Amino acid sequence: MSSTALIRIALGAYLIIFFSYLLGPLVVMSMTAFNSSAFPSVSPWACFTFEWFEVLWNDKHIRDGIYYSVIIGLGTVALAVSMGLAASIVLTQVWPKFRSTYYTLIIAPILIPGVVLGISTLVFWDRAGKFLGAPDGSFLDGLFHNGIFLTILGQSSFIASYAMLVFVARLQRFDPGLTEAALDLGATHTQAFRKILLPFMRPAIASAAVLAFLASFENYNTTTFTIVDYKTLTTVLAQKVRLGINPSISSLAFIIITITVFAALAFEAYRRNQDRKAAIKQGKMREKKGGFLPSFMKGNPAAFVLVAVSCAVIVMVGTAQRYSPEQCKIQVRESKEAEIKLRIKELEQRRLIREQSEARQGPDIFGTPAVEEDSGSNSSGAFGGVFAPNNLSDDTEEPEASGGSGAFGGVFAPTNLDNGD
Amino acid sequence: MKKKMIFSEFFRNNGVVMGSLLMGLVGFWLIFLVILPQLSMLDYSFRFNLPPAEQGGPKDVYTLSNYQHLLYGSDKTHSTYNTVDLMVFVRTIIAAMLVTVFNILLCYPLAYFLGQSKGSGFVRLLVVLLIIPYWINEILRAFALRIIFGDSGLLNETLMFLHLTKEPIDFIRQDVALYAGLGYAYILLMLFPMYNVIESLDRNQIEAARDMGASWPRIHMRIVIPHAKPGIVSGATMVFMLSAGALAAPQILGGPSSLWFTQLVYQWFNDSLNWQQGAAYAIVLLVSTIIIVLTVMKIFKVNMGDIGK
Repeated sequence: MSSTALIRIALGAYLIIFFSYLLGPLVVMSMTAFNSSAFPSVSPWACFTFEWFEVLWNDKHIRDGIYYSVIIGLGTVALAVSMGLAASIVLTQVWPKFRSTYYTLIIAPILIPGVVLGISTLVFWDRAGKFLGAPDGSFLDGLFHNGIFLTILGQSSFIASYAMLVFVARLQRFDPGLTEAALDLGATHTQAFRKILLPFMRPAIASAAVLAFLASFENYNTTTFTIVDYKTLTTVLAQKVRLGINPSISSLAFIIITITVFAALAFEAYRRNQDRKAAIKQGKMREKKGGFLPSFMKGNPAAFVLVAVSCAVIVMVGTAQRYSPEQCKIQVRESKEAEIKLRIKELEQRRLIREQSEARQGPDIFGTPAVEEDSGSNSSGAFGGVFAPNNLSDDTEEPEASGGSGAFGGVFAPTNLDNGD
Repeated sequence: MKKKMIFSEFFRNNGVVMGSLLMGLVGFWLIFLVILPQLSMLDYSFRFNLPPAEQGGPKDVYTLSNYQHLLYGSDKTHSTYNTVDLMVFVRTIIAAMLVTVFNILLCYPLAYFLGQSKGSGFVRLLVVLLIIPYWINEILRAFALRIIFGDSGLLNETLMFLHLTKEPIDFIRQDVALYAGLGYAYILLMLFPMYNVIESLDRNQIEAARDMGASWPRIHMRIVIPHAKPGIVSGATMVFMLSAGALAAPQILGGPSSLWFTQLVYQWFNDSLNWQQGAAYAIVLLVSTIIIVLTVMKIFKVNMGDIGK
């Protein structure tokens, strides 16, 4: 019996490790969106703030990026889903000996590194323009070097394979007899496709479209080569992250995570509701009347959480309108200034002791650190990471703390330190 | 002659309009988006990087110089090897393999647990939790890890708080962050194929083996793993190809001194504007990863048809 208990404990520990590896980084990133520190961090927690959402909202590059990402996403969905559907239909009819070669061909784009796909698309259309003899500045030349056109083609080349996989799974359950019956009854091939196959494939088309849009929206490897002089959300983000990070990216991540959680919950709630309805229809379950929960939430924890999450979001947006972290920010700045003063005093004392014991040394050896700290005190956040967390303890009661940073600056000047002698 | 027969049959089955629509779409995809671009990239990699005026001129001939650059560097005598780029290449391949193995080990227990305990609400919750990070942008996921592994990141702060270390550890320069990020980025592509095949395993087989007195390791070695092999190889192929071809994670999480092979390709394209050289490097990456994957599939006797299930 004890060995079963041991296995259970091991399994629990493993699940905790796995899911904290998977979700922990996302949780930490979301939290940094609410810290006023200018470097995204959680451990020296400065102030709870919504200001990074405002910074994000005012960022023109990100808004442009989202705009182009959506356009490219829609183009990719249209192209990739239709190519994937065609490829999966051809797969069901292809000559058996040729079948595995054909399958290798249409699955290969998934396995080709995205970087390679991007480069090959760029190179090929550049040369196609030259081959067709399109002069510089003509329509074709412009089209073949247009970032949106190239990105849609580059992304579709492998997203069509993903769509194809979704369709193949659904087509396996299709009864070709239905199409034959329609044809026997005098429908044309086009009619049979539109009235029989397309309605059957509709759920698969919907999920393939969602999949294709998300894959296009988050693609980076291919896009970074094919986008040329446009930008998408991911290329903007990549540039920002490489040049220097700030928490407005975390706030974007928080929004995306919230939307994803929302969508996942809504989908799960919908599925459970369908399951429950089916169960009631078959008479396996009786519908309970009464109770204070609305009917769609009964026996459906996902729906319950969904409603809770929406309430939380509404409350959060509501508080964000009124909440102002200014008071807290001033406190943090004051506590840091007090902290700096303490350190300076310490330094002065140490220096006094040293000067008393040793021969005289040049007075400006402490100049450099003091000036550095001064420049840091002007922006409260940039400082956060420099100090260990316990430095932020409640030193706000220090009497000198009320001094503004401007008046304060003088204290740090090397000459002032000399007066301490 | 035979080909014509196939085509005519295809058109008879689908009608002229639908048949040509299907053919057109598939043909456009395979020819203009997959095959011709790859061929033109291959062709490009054998050419000199010439100014536009000289293209198509007498100097525009085929050359191996782009590939020689990877081997020997700019040294014309070919006496010394281009150790910098070659080391980056070897490191990329080996690190991608290690990431793949790490992901197999991490995912197998969970895939087994999820696959064999069907239907309970808890398992359903876990699957929903798994799907959420899957749809978060690759860049943002790398960014999240950077927050954790940074100099004043959560991990260093925690270690220092617990007095396990005095100085912050430079995880970025040590490449710990990079490997963790690569494993993190593609872990679900390993988990889902494995989960799908293990779910299809009949539980009675395991029960029977247990009744016969087989130990747990033996059951896994003889029953579960052979059954799950296509899923494991399919997941491993995807993780290996994607990590070897990853660009975002190395750019964001890689140390300043250590490069990933795709970053070299990126530099040739965007910084040096030498597309021919970049194409040659990309071809080397593509061919070598494909050879490795095909070899592994041959060794484990898995077909191409199992990929993507």
